[in-house]
Amino acid sequence: MSEHLVEVSGLTVEFPVADSFVRAVDGLDFTLEAGQALGIVGESGSGKSTVAFGLLGLHRGTGARVRGSVRVAGVDVVDADDTELRRVRGGLAAMVFQDPLSALDPYHPVGDQIAEVYRVHRKVTRRAARARAVEVLDRVGIPDAARRARSRPHEFSGGMRQRALIAMALACEPRLLIADEPTTALDVTVQAQILDLLHELRAETGAGLLLVTHDLGVVAGSVDQVLVMKDGRAVERGPVAEVLGTPRETYTRELLAAVPRVDAPVAVHVHPGGGSTAEDDGVLLEAVDLRREFGRRGATVAAVDGVSLTVRAGETLGVVGESGSGKTTLGRMLVRLLDPTGGQLRYRGRDIGTLGEKALRPLRHELQMVFQDPASSLNPRRSIGESIADPLRAAGELDDRRIRARVGELLERVGLDPDWYHRYPHEFSGGQRQRVGIARALAPEPRLIVCDEPVSALDVTTQAQVVELLGQLQRDLGLSLVFIAHDLAVVRQVSDRVAVMRSGAVVEHGTADEVYDSPQHPYTKGLLSAVPVLDPTEAAARRDARRAVVPG
Amino acid sequence: MTGYLTRRFLGMVAVLFALTAVIYAVFYVAPGDPAQLACGLKCSPVQVHQLRGQLGLDEPVYLQYAHFLKGLFAGRDFSAGAGVLHCDAPCLGISYRTNEQVTDMILNRLPVTASLALGAMVIWLLLGIGSGLLSVLRRGRLTERLLTSLTLAGTAVPVFIIGLLLLLLFCAYLQWLPFPTYVGLSQDPQQWFWGLLLPWTSLALLESAKYARLTRSSMLETLAEDHIRTFRAYGVSERRLVTRHALRGALAPVIALSALDLGTMFGSAVLTETLFGLPGLGKLIVSSVNILDLPVVVGVTLVTGFSVVLANAVADVLYAAADRRVVLT
Repeated sequence: MSEHLVEVSGLTVEFPVADSFVRAVDGLDFTLEAGQALGIVGESGSGKSTVAFGLLGLHRGTGARVRGSVRVAGVDVVDADDTELRRVRGGLAAMVFQDPLSALDPYHPVGDQIAEVYRVHRKVTRRAARARAVEVLDRVGIPDAARRARSRPHEFSGGMRQRALIAMALACEPRLLIADEPTTALDVTVQAQILDLLHELRAETGAGLLLVTHDLGVVAGSVDQVLVMKDGRAVERGPVAEVLGTPRETYTRELLAAVPRVDAPVAVHVHPGGGSTAEDDGVLLEAVDLRREFGRRGATVAAVDGVSLTVRAGETLGVVGESGSGKTTLGRMLVRLLDPTGGQLRYRGRDIGTLGEKALRPLRHELQMVFQDPASSLNPRRSIGESIADPLRAAGELDDRRIRARVGELLERVGLDPDWYHRYPHEFSGGQRQRVGIARALAPEPRLIVCDEPVSALDVTTQAQVVELLGQLQRDLGLSLVFIAHDLAVVRQVSDRVAVMRSGAVVEHGTADEVYDSPQHPYTKGLLSAVPVLDPTEAAARRDARRAVVPG
Repeated sequence: MTGYLTRRFLGMVAVLFALTAVIYAVFYVAPGDPAQLACGLKCSPVQVHQLRGQLGLDEPVYLQYAHFLKGLFAGRDFSAGAGVLHCDAPCLGISYRTNEQVTDMILNRLPVTASLALGAMVIWLLLGIGSGLLSVLRRGRLTERLLTSLTLAGTAVPVFIIGLLLLLLFCAYLQWLPFPTYVGLSQDPQQWFWGLLLPWTSLALLESAKYARLTRSSMLETLAEDHIRTFRAYGVSERRLVTRHALRGALAPVIALSALDLGTMFGSAVLTETLFGLPGLGKLIVSSVNILDLPVVVGVTLVTGFSVVLANAVADVLYAAADRRVVLT
């Protein structure tokens, strides 16, 4: 009898909501063999994480109803008693969690946390467990592991925390690794490193890998088989090259089409103002050697360190950079939400960088911002209509009736129903909330909108729609946009010109085609090579190339 | 760290200065004549006038305050009848009524209040954290509901009712415990303990209810966090999740609050002290306010104010020690 490493059949998971149940997973079957890797792909709400949690019996005690059978390494997870289930958890199958900051206990040293897990499954001394922790931390590439094992999670960078979580998963040499969105919170270069690490470990230990992600690019280079989920069901499955290369189902094709690509620009831009590079008179906003320091006396850090750039009327300037590159600080200074500590900021020829709040007020409405997280940038206690009306009320030019009419217009403009004035943010999806944020930015009729990671919290299909909306608005209204994002592909899709930021400085800028097709700066080259590609063969080739560059 | 402590200390000194100044100002506008009250009803106007001069009450209020500050740092002399009474720094003045040095009066009573407050804190922390922990471990079961009701009842009943009931039950009816008296810890530790057990318990019962609820709610909050899920997914047992991971997170607010409560307890233990007849600071300040005995009131307020601001600083340092992510600046 050949035993599968994972055997799931007829898995149905229902969560209690009010007085009924919502079905998150609906009759799912799949198997995974030892040493193989399966990717489960789907958008938020598709039930993919619910499946991953189900493999470890984590729905037990939560009120969820689980039916069907789940066998992991020969153990029936649905029927196992608590002691046996604990043996599976971490011992036979280990989970690499999504958000590495909140997934570790902030109060204990990282090494102790790994040692604790090790001692749950192995009868060893505290000392031996600590040694094992150092060993696995070293294995996942934490430099100076013996010393770093005594650090607490907040002293680690995002990438190191993710490595530490992988180390924890490795501690007991499980036969199955379950990775739930292991790279979602990470920068592209770090993402590539983590995926490479998972790949290596699988080859080395012969463990199976279940990779749960919303990102098709992540799946392409890391798994053998892929399963596309939608509404709790498997829509399509098969070898990764087949599913991504010649998808049979419409939904898979839609997903693939929505993935922004670095290699080919999608949108066609119209440049009513100064689109052609020869023209200089269309300059709307110009930053000259703009600086911003944080901290006090002696301990200052320059978040933005002498950035010069221009935004022309009607064009989109993309700003890309990894976390900590200063792109958000720059964006906030461009609309004067933050005061620059040095340099000049010229808006239509006038220096507004040092303008006082009172002198600035007449200009405020012309410079607007769309924020990353539409859930927290909208007041949950006010209806979306009121939120959009705020800037109109602040201007004080319209009476109530006209404000209501204008809000209706704006809602329609961003693709929402004008009758939704009285609805509250929690009633909307992430994409709809971002549309509300855009409507609010449009309300005072701005000339420039700075969008700070406007789509990074959204699913690919929603992302594509919001990007499309921004392009449409720009063409219709002749807006200038500054589009800040860490996702190189999205930036290419929307931008006329692109600036690449690193450590508070612009290392390269030019037209989108120049920067992406013939990058000059090594940092830009590195970033571009780390972007996941959808072709598995190409992904494997790039992985080998990365390994050649950094041996070991 | 040293920089932080220095800044913190200077802040404390500033607060205490402000406190003394405010009390002087309040006394200046308060109705009543301290000299008349100190002298008694039988005094003639001449005697009252004489006493007023002796006590320095005929001077402008800012001069009185200046003398007080001088006494605090350099000591001062008082004319007491024929001779001169010298009072060393830190001199808080002498009582209008008894001519006793305020510093001595406070030093005599401070150990009583300190014993009462510290002992009560130990008990309320044990009771509060213990029952909070128990109700989390047994959540959804009868034990939890029972504990919730008990702690609610504990919060609702005033301290003098609890104290009186305990007194009646254990001292009068069962006669298991002696009636509370204060015997110094250095004199006889055993008598000190038995004498204070009831006052501690009645104070602690009231406070522990608050701590049980705080422990329970902040622990449940911590249990819902992602890192708890991580350890659950690695087979760590539920009991260990609660005691090792959730409790640590829940203790930080408990520590902060108990340090504050301890500080407040120095000034507000008056009900308990009165009920059990303990000669503490609370009793002293109430009797002194009634007869406008300014030096005593200022002295006691300084001490209790000092304990509150000190407790605040200690709470912050402890909080930072419990949660290493907190940086003191």
